[in-house]
Amino acid sequence: MTQALPHDLGPAAAEPIRAERGESLLRRRLSAYFDTPLAFVGAGLLVLLLVVAIAAPWIAPQNPYDLAQLDIMDGRLAPGEKAAAGFTYYLGTDEQGRDMLSAILYGLRISLFVGVVSTLFACTIGASIGVAAAYAGGKVESFVMRVVDLQLSFPAILIALVLLAVWGRGIDKVIIALVIVQWAYYARTVRGSALVERGREYIEAARCLALPRSRIVFRHLLPNCLPPLIVVATVQVAHAIALEATLSFLGVGVPVTEPSLGLLIKNGYDYLLSGKYWISTYPGVALVIAIVAINLVGDRLRDVLNPRLSR
Amino acid sequence: MLVYFIRRLGQAALVVAVMGAIVFVSIYMVGNPVDVLANPNADAKEMAEIAGRLGLDKPLHEQFALFVWNALHGDLGRSFVFNEPALKLIIQRMPATLELAFAALIVSVLIGIPLGMLAGLWPHSVWGRGIMTGSILGFSLPNFWIGLMLILLFAVQLRWLPSGGRGETVTVLGVPVSFLTVDGLRHLVLPAFTLALYKAALVIRLARAGTREAMLQDYVRFARAKGLSPSRIILVHVLKNIMIPITTVLGLEFGGMIAFAVVTETVFAYPGMGKLLIDSIGRLDRPIIVAYLMMVVVVFVVINFVVDLIYAALDPRVRLSEQGS
Repeated sequence: MTQALPHDLGPAAAEPIRAERGESLLRRRLSAYFDTPLAFVGAGLLVLLLVVAIAAPWIAPQNPYDLAQLDIMDGRLAPGEKAAAGFTYYLGTDEQGRDMLSAILYGLRISLFVGVVSTLFACTIGASIGVAAAYAGGKVESFVMRVVDLQLSFPAILIALVLLAVWGRGIDKVIIALVIVQWAYYARTVRGSALVERGREYIEAARCLALPRSRIVFRHLLPNCLPPLIVVATVQVAHAIALEATLSFLGVGVPVTEPSLGLLIKNGYDYLLSGKYWISTYPGVALVIAIVAINLVGDRLRDVLNPRLSR
Repeated sequence: MLVYFIRRLGQAALVVAVMGAIVFVSIYMVGNPVDVLANPNADAKEMAEIAGRLGLDKPLHEQFALFVWNALHGDLGRSFVFNEPALKLIIQRMPATLELAFAALIVSVLIGIPLGMLAGLWPHSVWGRGIMTGSILGFSLPNFWIGLMLILLFAVQLRWLPSGGRGETVTVLGVPVSFLTVDGLRHLVLPAFTLALYKAALVIRLARAGTREAMLQDYVRFARAKGLSPSRIILVHVLKNIMIPITTVLGLEFGGMIAFAVVTETVFAYPGMGKLLIDSIGRLDRPIIVAYLMMVVVVFVVINFVVDLIYAALDPRVRLSEQGS
């Protein structure tokens, strides 16, 4: 599918700007992005989280899923306490003596993976359906948009909960459920901009050249609908991560063998009332940092990619 | 208007029917509840006897026909675990959930409107920006974790409020309610606040946008020219006008609140419909899951139907464009 980069906005959008400024649109957008300090912080945090999530197996103090490395005698140690073997648990341990810092790094990996992958699929599927519906018009369009309206009138959490209650736990199942509840946002967003774009002259020109319909839709129409889509997709990654955490907290999300941040929080829930706060709190802090960072980036992208502001 | 009414009613009925079929088929295709319910030492004959008693040995389409027939008579099956009508169990838990949702609605308005108006009156001040940042956080932070942190702070550390449950109830007109007792209110504070946060963030945005727009209107300028005090202009004239969109949106969002109460009720061990749903999912108690979902589908369809009708009554363009298509 056309997962074009932001600078690939199609010939109609990119050429005139390049001609008058003499530098690429991507560079212009990038320098505009880093104009505000908050956007810089957001991007920095996000890169940091991605790096530690990807590098978790190499930088985590222990492998939290290797039972040979766990010592049940170290169970429920408070942050900063020393292990029997001598090293310090900076964020404490859970009931099985698992180092929370390591568990969080591994959990972050799973949470980000689920959020990003489900968003990529939902975005691709939803955008294709939305742009095709907008180009087709008529009965096809009104049918697709009825389905979108109907689905969006039900809360995402409820639909995902039902699907997972039926399918059972699993990372693949969570991803599919998140795709099903999210595609409609993208379909609606893309249709909105495609309705404007389909009346433009370059589409008419493409039609006059008798290009095949699929080519017009995916090579001409879709790339020009991308900027709002990128903004929605960025913020939706944060929503997907929060939704996955909620589902895992409710016990219908990821399996216990591959705990995401949400499942770590659920595990700590049982110990919260006895004052062992760290098992729930720190995974939650990691979750909050990830969500805030993504929102900061998305917020700035909204300003940068808004054509009314950038031209 | 009558044609529009009938068309919308037909659509609403169709949605309920389609959702019912989807819910039934998907729920009844998974797992075998007999395995959960039967004694682990039960032999095949006992298992078949249990399946027969629950109607699980019939083919799926017969089960579905029976389900539809019974549903039309207000019978959504009996809980496998409690051996009571599923609908009755749901309805027993409903007052608790409705009470929570209403309390959250009130809290979200009480938080959202004053903060939103402040942010709308001074959008570029530190306060205005701070409030908007808070609203973004309210939208995006995982609600259940905020609930946990509130428990940690107010129930575990400070010991001001209970950590969960519903507390003491009194019966009013045959319905147990907890907001009339001090103990019940104490139990309601944290869950209602948690559930309200997301909606409060929404109300802040609506109130802010509405206030900014209203302050530029002629009637505000006229009121100023008449010499009315600023507090009277804001608290009477502006407030009344921004309440229109807020009321509409909150009406639409009420169904979402009932659905999202599933999460809040789980965090605070609050005995409402949502907690029953989560417990039933764990126990594969299908009739309760189906009854809960059908209940929520009906609530949503009714809310959307009523809102559509009100819009059509207020705005002739809506019903005319419907007839034209």
